[in-house]
Amino acid sequence: MIHARGLGRRFGEKRALTGVDLDVDAGEFLLVTGPNGSGKTTLLRLFAGLIVPTAGELEVRADRARIGFLAHEPLVYRELTPLENLDLYGRLYRIPERRERIGMVLERYGLWEARREQTAALSRGMLQRLALCRTLLHEPELLLFDEPFSALDAAGADLLLDELSRRDARRTIVVSSHQPERLGDRPTTRLSLATA
Amino acid sequence: MSGYLTDVAALARKDLVVELRSRDTVPAMLLFVVGALVVFHFALSEDSSRLAAAGMLWIALLFTALLALVRAFVAERDEAVIDGLLLAPCDRSAIWLGKTLSVFAFLALAEAVALPAFALFYDPVSWELIAGVALANVGIAAVGTLLGAMAAAARARELLLPLLFMPLAIPIVVGGVGATLAEDPSRYLGFLALYDAIFAILSWASFEYVVTE
Amino acid sequence: MSTSLRNNGAFVFSLAAAVLLTTGLGLALLWAPEDADQGPSQRIFYIHVPVALTAYLCFGWAAWKAFRLLWKRDERADLESYTAVHMGVIFGLLTLITGSIWAKISWGVWWTWSERQLVLFLILFLFYSAYFMLRYSTEPGPRRARSSAVYALFGAVLLPVSFLAIRLAEQLLHPAPLFNRDGPQMSASMFITFCVCLAAMVTLAAALYLIELTGKRADASLRELREHLA
Repeated sequence: MIHARGLGRRFGEKRALTGVDLDVDAGEFLLVTGPNGSGKTTLLRLFAGLIVPTAGELEVRADRARIGFLAHEPLVYRELTPLENLDLYGRLYRIPERRERIGMVLERYGLWEARREQTAALSRGMLQRLALCRTLLHEPELLLFDEPFSALDAAGADLLLDELSRRDARRTIVVSSHQPERLGDRPTTRLSLATA
Repeated sequence: MSGYLTDVAALARKDLVVELRSRDTVPAMLLFVVGALVVFHFALSEDSSRLAAAGMLWIALLFTALLALVRAFVAERDEAVIDGLLLAPCDRSAIWLGKTLSVFAFLALAEAVALPAFALFYDPVSWELIAGVALANVGIAAVGTLLGAMAAAARARELLLPLLFMPLAIPIVVGGVGATLAEDPSRYLGFLALYDAIFAILSWASFEYVVTE
Repeated sequence: MSTSLRNNGAFVFSLAAAVLLTTGLGLALLWAPEDADQGPSQRIFYIHVPVALTAYLCFGWAAWKAFRLLWKRDERADLESYTAVHMGVIFGLLTLITGSIWAKISWGVWWTWSERQLVLFLILFLFYSAYFMLRYSTEPGPRRARSSAVYALFGAVLLPVSFLAIRLAEQLLHPAPLFNRDGPQMSASMFITFCVCLAAMVTLAAALYLIELTGKRADASLRELREHLA
């Protein structure tokens, strides 16, 4: 699914990531650990195709429509409601039976009641739940989670762990976290990044 | 093709809803353009020519447009929402077209106030002027949206955008003023249409390059 | 190996530029016949016009390299395009200065809006100054390279569009046919002098371009080397 050779990325003079060699097959669960500033976010953004490498090679065998990326920011519009945000993404991802699917994820992540509130008024934990809805809305095959536990309350974290436990041969998962113990024995591969 | 257009419609509609809720941009544009028309009265002497008034109108419209352009990608940039749009499988140029359409709508709203105000304070508004403004809007929105995305990556983006935009806006001013004053405005309207066609295609084709890191 | 070859290129161009410049100036000052209307001051034509044409050439080259960067993903083209714009701006500034001097001598003013080429260069100067602002205020990286390339491409399109705009702006006040073909008539000796001067300026620009490019590339490799060692 993911093949990287000597992968590196620079931002201006700063090197965010250097010399990553990695092979992740479809169906695997990769855990990325490392201290702050070691390039976890950069690595996941590279996988997601949001940035291009400045060194080495990277091949990600997944269509853009089949990637789900949970970023630091929820990537939703503050002025829109959760429903409107998901509707926009549902349209852009061309999700069949959009309304039903949106209703399902909202229900699942406990946002149904808040669906018509302004996103700006949501608590940090609710925002992260909305971000999870956005990430999972189009049933991606490659899931990229950047520090998914931050801002999630206990109930939200349980829902996330449920999602991460759903495994099959077509679902590849990459999680970056500085709390790897929360994932238990779910990860099948590990990558530890050192400060560049 | 229809999929592309529904993406564009969804994106443009989203911008209009965001503006309707936040009311950050359009009210400021309205106040600015009327204020500019008032200020110009004191900058021009009482017996200034029609030429001066028309030129002034175009300057006011241009600077008002800059307000809209500087604000165009604020919602996307503040919370990095642009990443969400870039992750989506839609063609990146659809993001440009959606934004261009919403900027065009904001410009049209500001002008719906500016032109009557101009008629009230200075000179009557001709059909040629309205046609010129409509054509100029297309070019301003198309080029400005691209430059706005370009400047969004820079440090002093609010300062950079006007600098990037001004030299490219000179032909628009020439066409606009010509359409307002010339005895044969069709030539100037044609020039504006030519500008729109060339730069809209160029902006459409190059948007993808300026948003990806 | 390739670096030394490139250095040789710069050396050859520099030498050629020196020879051509001396010849061109000699021809322009001593050989070309004096203009009947304008007298000796007209000789600045042999500097002004070749400098202007060279500036166009630089901007065109910058746009071509920008196109290569976007289309062929040729990353080296970023530095090449940037250097070409730099050269274009230097020669553009020279055009403005020589044009201004010419205007002062011919019409007694330092600036005239009726001289189309001068106005065009003022617009281009504004445009490419903004290009530098864009580069300096954006972090180096693939995005800056592409944004700069797009802007440089816009410059190449803006050039003819602005030219047309300037013609149209003149029309508004003094209606006249949009295009006329009665360019100045040159005698054979004037034309030869002009060609030598043009060749001299183009070679000079090429030499400066290669020298600056070599320097910038050396800078970049040094930085990379330092990083590897760090």
